[in-house]
Amino acid sequence: MVTNITNFGRSGLSDWLIQRVSAIILMLYTIFMVGYLLFTPDIDYLTWRGLFDQTWMRIFSLLAFLSLAAHAWIGLWTVVTDYIKPTGARFAVQIAIILAIFIFLVWGVQVLWGA
Amino acid sequence: MSMLQVSVYRYNPETDSAPYMQEFQVDTQGRDLMVLNVLELIKQQDSSMAYRRSCREGVCGSDGMNMNGTNGLACVTPLSAVTKGGKLVLRPLPGLPVIRDLVVDMGIFYKQYERIQPYLQNENSPPAIERLQSPEERDKLDGLYECILCACCSTSCPSFWWNPDKFVGPAGLLQAYRFLADSRDTATRERLAELEDPFSVFRCRGIMNCVAVCPKGLNPTRAIGKIRELLLANAT
Repeated sequence: MVTNITNFGRSGLSDWLIQRVSAIILMLYTIFMVGYLLFTPDIDYLTWRGLFDQTWMRIFSLLAFLSLAAHAWIGLWTVVTDYIKPTGARFAVQIAIILAIFIFLVWGVQVLWGA
Repeated sequence: MSMLQVSVYRYNPETDSAPYMQEFQVDTQGRDLMVLNVLELIKQQDSSMAYRRSCREGVCGSDGMNMNGTNGLACVTPLSAVTKGGKLVLRPLPGLPVIRDLVVDMGIFYKQYERIQPYLQNENSPPAIERLQSPEERDKLDGLYECILCACCSTSCPSFWWNPDKFVGPAGLLQAYRFLADSRDTATRERLAELEDPFSVFRCRGIMNCVAVCPKGLNPTRAIGKIRELLLANAT
């Protein structure tokens, strides 16, 4: 048993499960967005705005953002623990990654529900 | 005369400040020798050449090494399977400390093997004669028990290179599943509890280098997948 304190879910099993579930959500969101862009003729600001004014689209988008945040944290945590061996440097990079993810997440919520 | 050009990794920590590659010309007499035979011919030219060997038939697992970039057992690898353009490059197994020439320190590999408690644990008192298994239960151990611990798989695994102290590695995990799958072993929960952290099992990224190099044709990636399934099935 290897002890860890900086990974997302405290256990490898939960990280692994979240990584896979979030990947499926991101795949569905990507397919939806690509399909929407391909099959909606003459997209302008109003149709785009109309899509994101609907509550289900905001929920779907927020779900995708949360999935992206968790997925990025778990994935980058893995990369960082592979390649950055000095604890101080690794911790600093981890803090920077988590901070960036947090900022993007709050920003995303603001975009979704902002004016 | 059919000469084979062989480039061998040499390092003697008592006399060399750094490892270097030494070139040898080996007369194969046109035969498709095993790589181990080539090493024996090299040893006739230079008796200081160090490598491990024992059974010379792929059973003992002593002569695992890196041949033209791929790990394998020198004794069961014919030249025709590895040489490119009449040239052979021999290096020690990657990722382990080199003791001398092609001899590596397998300490950390054995430590990970020891960690998975590679012995049968059964809390019930032993029966008078033996613990019986049905043929179906016994079949579950096929493809698991055959491992000879040559370390070809674990030392071809980048996850093991970067975290050999935390990631059990394909060889150890194949054995972990060998005891998880054994109907006579009752320590399943305790074994799984030792494996659910982010490194021991889950550092495997499924690139299947282990499957590609295993000289016994075993599939550690499948065993790792089965361990994940067991962890999932035993979780809430």
